[in-house]
Amino acid sequence: MISDVKHVVLVLSGKGGVGKSTVAVQLALALTHGGNYKGKDSAVIWRGPKKNAMIRQFLTDVNWGELDYLIVDTPPGTSDEHISVVECLKEFRNPDGAVLVTTPQALSIGDVRREITFCRKGNINILGVVENMSGYVCPHCSDCTNIFSTGGGESLAKYANIKFLGRIPIDTQLGECTDDGIDFIHNFKNSETAQRFDSLAKNLFNE
Amino acid sequence: MEVPPEHCPGVESADAGKADACAGCPNRGICSSGDLQTGPDPKVAEIAAKLMNVKHIVLVMSGKGGVGKSTVSSLLARYLATDKTVNVGLLDVDICGPSIPKTMGVEGEEVHQSMSGWSPIYVSDNLSVMSCGFLLSSADDAVIWRGPKKNTIIKQFLADVDWDRLDYLVVDTPPGTSDEHLSLVSYLKQCSNLRGVIIVTTPQEIALMDVRKQIDFCRRVGLNVLGVVENMTAFLCPNCHKESTIFKPSVDGMNQLLEKGIPLLGRIPLDPMIGKACDEAIDVFENNKDSKTITAFEAIGHHLVKVLNDLNHE
Repeated sequence: MISDVKHVVLVLSGKGGVGKSTVAVQLALALTHGGNYKGKDSAVIWRGPKKNAMIRQFLTDVNWGELDYLIVDTPPGTSDEHISVVECLKEFRNPDGAVLVTTPQALSIGDVRREITFCRKGNINILGVVENMSGYVCPHCSDCTNIFSTGGGESLAKYANIKFLGRIPIDTQLGECTDDGIDFIHNFKNSETAQRFDSLAKNLFNE
Repeated sequence: MEVPPEHCPGVESADAGKADACAGCPNRGICSSGDLQTGPDPKVAEIAAKLMNVKHIVLVMSGKGGVGKSTVSSLLARYLATDKTVNVGLLDVDICGPSIPKTMGVEGEEVHQSMSGWSPIYVSDNLSVMSCGFLLSSADDAVIWRGPKKNTIIKQFLADVDWDRLDYLVVDTPPGTSDEHLSLVSYLKQCSNLRGVIIVTTPQEIALMDVRKQIDFCRRVGLNVLGVVENMTAFLCPNCHKESTIFKPSVDGMNQLLEKGIPLLGRIPLDPMIGKACDEAIDVFENNKDSKTITAFEAIGHHLVKVLNDLNHE
């Protein structure tokens, strides 16, 4: 039962493609080990109510066994899926909180500010913000370029008075592992990126 | 508390609001009213009449978020508007994450209502914009709405904005294949000037997987796919000027699309200048016209204009 899970963490972001699923998966891997990713080519064309029913079923009917951590990955935005997850979870237990994912761009920060408002209105504790895609080191000259700007996540954390959990650089290897369903943290545990995820997971539950 | 039933038949179903599972569902009323069905809604004809003065309506979609829909929509609108003899409108139907006000430099503007409808915000003489972002009172305001409420605002955006005469109406959408997309399709279904969809993707398999879903969606709802724009293709280091691949391209994935007859409209390199231009609402066709990235985009725009004109003459 979901009420027996020790920690429930939501991974949220107002914007798409900032790395919610990547962060959710790597966070899960850093906390334990496991994880799988599957997909098909046919579109799921559902309107809100049907998606809400599916979410309810996921939360009530999946037999997780004994869990220490349940990481809930969400789509971008502040709509049906988010309202449903929060409402449904609250019947059983409050989530520990939400991890917000952003890129450093102003465009993304704007969407995440709206997500913070969503959390505050829904009484969801914000565990902190992760700045993903923060800098890219050129494999030819080792020069670091901030493709999507820099520092946006940290200044958002300051502005909204929430914890800054850390920065994850753009890492080609991480992207490839995500594409191929490979356990990045295990296979590249000595990499800078894996270590950042490790400290991010540690930061999450340390005051 | 709104708790949908476990065996919800889905709102498009003929049983919507009428199935056994619907008893006690808070959405039962709206589902059984038929408002969400694709059935005859008087607004559909009204929208077609309202948008009759638009030559080409083009939707920009992607299955995955953050691949550059708003970037491509904004660049396309700005590119089209470089021809001062045409009028361009840009409609943002991403209700929960409106990005267009920022990319076009019109954040914080307020929409005014006149006798003939909502006046769009003018970026320049021949480029106007409408977005849900203009209806929010602060940058921290969140739109926490379920589907039916989002549909209502989309309907209003289509029926009530006073665009005047437009050569192009570019419609930016949120990621996915859900309420907003279904609403657009059903509300625009009598618009013979709806030319089709541009699908934006990044090169890697995880994004192309979503493109295939999006194409399946278009096929199922009868939308023409104009082509695919691949964004964030390769990174050109500003220091050593050498290229590197950040998002590993799925050659098989792209070939599959081409085999299906989906044209590749072009590729946009991963260039920090583009991200900066979006954050700071810079008109790149004015300020960065010598950049390779902009040349690449101009080729896409040029190609698209040709495709649209050919469709118009068919």
